[in-house]
Amino acid sequence: MSEYVIEMCDIVKEFPGIIANDHITLQLKKGEIHALLGENGAGKSTLMSVLFGMYQPEHGVIKKDGQEVKIKDPNDANRLGIGMVHQHFKLVHNFTVLENIILGVETVKGGLLKMDDARKRVVELSEQYGLSVDPDAIIEDITVGMQQRVEILKMLYRENEILIFDEPTAVLTPQEIEELMKIMKNLAKEGKSILFITHKLNEIKAAADRCTVLRKGKYIGTIDVAPASKEEMSEMMVGRKVSLQVEKSDAACGEKVLEVEGLSVHSKVGGKHLVKDVTFNVRRGEIVCVAGIDGNGQTELVQAITGLMKIDAGKVVLKGEDITNAHIRKRNTSGLGHIPEDRHKHGLVLDYPLAYNMVLQRYFEPQFCNHGFLKFDEIYRYSDALIEKFDVRSGQGSDTIVRSMSGGNQQKAIVAREIDRNPDLLIAVQPTRGLDVGAIEYIHKQLVKERDEGRGILLVSLELDEVMNLSDRILVMYEGEIVAELDPKTVTVQELGLYMAGSGKKEA
Amino acid sequence: MKKQKNRDFSALASSLAAIVCGLLVGLIVLFIADSGKAMQGFGAIVTGGIVNRKNFGQVLYYATPIIMTGLSVGFANKTGLFNIGGPGQYLAGAFAAVYVGVKWTFLPAGLHWIVALLAAALAGALWGLVPGLMKAYSNVNEVITCIMMNYIGLNMVNLLVRQLLFDQARNQSRQPAATAVLPKMGFDKFFVAGATPSSVNIGILLAMLMGVVMYIVVNKTKFGYELKACGYNRDAAKYAGVDEKRSIVLSMVIAGALAGIGGALYYLSGAGTGIPLTDELAAEGFNGIPVALLGMSHPIGIVFSGIFISYLKVGGQSMQAFGFAPQIIDIITSVIIYFAAFALFFKLVIGRMRRRKEENGVIKAKGGEE
Repeated sequence: MSEYVIEMCDIVKEFPGIIANDHITLQLKKGEIHALLGENGAGKSTLMSVLFGMYQPEHGVIKKDGQEVKIKDPNDANRLGIGMVHQHFKLVHNFTVLENIILGVETVKGGLLKMDDARKRVVELSEQYGLSVDPDAIIEDITVGMQQRVEILKMLYRENEILIFDEPTAVLTPQEIEELMKIMKNLAKEGKSILFITHKLNEIKAAADRCTVLRKGKYIGTIDVAPASKEEMSEMMVGRKVSLQVEKSDAACGEKVLEVEGLSVHSKVGGKHLVKDVTFNVRRGEIVCVAGIDGNGQTELVQAITGLMKIDAGKVVLKGEDITNAHIRKRNTSGLGHIPEDRHKHGLVLDYPLAYNMVLQRYFEPQFCNHGFLKFDEIYRYSDALIEKFDVRSGQGSDTIVRSMSGGNQQKAIVAREIDRNPDLLIAVQPTRGLDVGAIEYIHKQLVKERDEGRGILLVSLELDEVMNLSDRILVMYEGEIVAELDPKTVTVQELGLYMAGSGKKEA
Repeated sequence: MKKQKNRDFSALASSLAAIVCGLLVGLIVLFIADSGKAMQGFGAIVTGGIVNRKNFGQVLYYATPIIMTGLSVGFANKTGLFNIGGPGQYLAGAFAAVYVGVKWTFLPAGLHWIVALLAAALAGALWGLVPGLMKAYSNVNEVITCIMMNYIGLNMVNLLVRQLLFDQARNQSRQPAATAVLPKMGFDKFFVAGATPSSVNIGILLAMLMGVVMYIVVNKTKFGYELKACGYNRDAAKYAGVDEKRSIVLSMVIAGALAGIGGALYYLSGAGTGIPLTDELAAEGFNGIPVALLGMSHPIGIVFSGIFISYLKVGGQSMQAFGFAPQIIDIITSVIIYFAAFALFFKLVIGRMRRRKEENGVIKAKGGEE
């Protein structure tokens, strides 16, 4: 018997214009939690897809318990005991937990389902690994964290020995992440081998035994996690030293660039207040951060300021000019930049080439448009320049259809576009969501740089670290209202958390 | 821009593949109907449009209205709208043109037909405006409103023709004045067989010109950029400050105008055809959909696919000489159109093959592409 339960030796996988996996070796020991670390586009998902039989490698072999195996499709992988929890769960939403788990491997007798046996096994497994899942709950009624456990149970029910988790924490709350780490350790203790794809260093430190690092499709190395520092790992991942702390000087505030007075937005159905009587301002040279738990009115507040949503009461003033009812185009051209929350819905026309997206807010300007005709040479030149300046990576440069780009690079393209317009007020909503360390550092630096150049920044973030590190002032939103204005220098994370949960509300 | 050309190429190749497949099925249908004459019949279909100049003239004549309705469907498609209102817009345009042609005889000769065309464009635009407004401001699905507008158009035109322009002897509308008939451009001297000239006129040139204009508008202008952005992602267009409601309305208005002009070009040909009193929606209106499908919504592609569908129609007329029922040509056209719908699938396959080839090229000459 080999020491390794799975070995992927010297794997090469090429795509048009890019070598996604360039001679990569990955060895998974029995009963360990092995992290696969790399930035977006480093080739982690490709490697896992090769292991799961969705891609065939051009070169290299896969060994199970020392025996060479061919994995042609996910069914082969399943037979070898390899299971995967995808980033986007594959569950039937109006089925119960139990129905989802047995789907595809139903035990039947004379054409009828034998649910009782299945239920017994699911309950047993759930207890054995401390998953506490109710087999009769409907999927759409349970939390995302619970849904993930259902995915885990699915793998266990199929008696998989090698469990792949593809960025499992991206969708979870902090408490759920903690729970998941516990579950993963439990699984490892029971002899399961776990491959854990991530770019979050905290989680690797918390859970993994060993870690394999990929960078730009190349194998960088495999290390033991315990003795390694986060800085070392991030350096391996990014290829240079990365500061995990944002460096910035004190804010030098100038005049007010945005004033919001008594702003209210009602829900279309039911007339509930989504944003209630919100008043604040943003000055030049400061980063004001709106903190809060998701769904407390931040989205609506930003959409009201940027014009995507109608305002029911109150006033929005940009650089002394009332823009409460101004057209979106008018706002955009009078100095408002907006990095939207949902890059696919609002930020990009995914089926347009990158160049077209780079001028999405500027195509009508004389620089790019002459008597109604677009100047394509100019557009491509500008786009090429932005790509160069902001290091946006894609398969075919300005001609790349944006849909085919990685999420991080899509986000970079939006950041590039909005920053390059030199807005007086930049509204950035969760600008680093789903990005890797390198990209986060980059975007944080850009935001601080913009601040230092005298722009006002309104940042909406759900990540406490980001709020604490970046902001000069913190506004806490709870149920559509601003419940506190805090100074990041004096407030603690715990206090901030209390305000966000609505329990720190000051008695007026 | 190289990329754009590649995409256009795979669109063309897949449409051609669809046509070949469709013709093969057509051949099988002929064999089933009458195996002895199948090859002759098939030959007639394939060559019917070019056996003499008159027939080719007829190909261009029949192509004119369906190119226009095809452009109409293709244009709306760029904004993500499905304009199934072709028949109504086409008929509204036809009526407006014939009305001006019959009644406004005070207009001078050179101007009369042009005014008639403009009236048709206006009427078609009006028929497109209603679904456009409904879609933009109340988010009513344009397919439903378009279909309703088709029937409103049909019955209204029936009523108006009967009251204003009725030719009792032929149960159709009266003929437009000679000054309103489209100029022949000397085509009647060239596209002849024996003594009979074909009905082709300046209309085909106008239709082709419209195709070119539409290509430029969609691909080269700010307006086209905004329309396509709305079509691909309405929310992103709104975020970028595009007035997405205006884009949707304008797109339907222009689509309607194109179909309306199609109606005018057909009924102002001077071929003796009047607007019939009927309970059926105009086939030329609906045929815009397959024409646009086969042409991949590409303006130039639509011009060619319109000519092709019309070519089949003329070929089908020749085929009848061998005793085949005229319905067979309808079957063949339908089958080809079915395959045209599959063209999307062919497009994917061909695109994938090209990409695979490119992949090797790119790796060899990395960075060589400008």
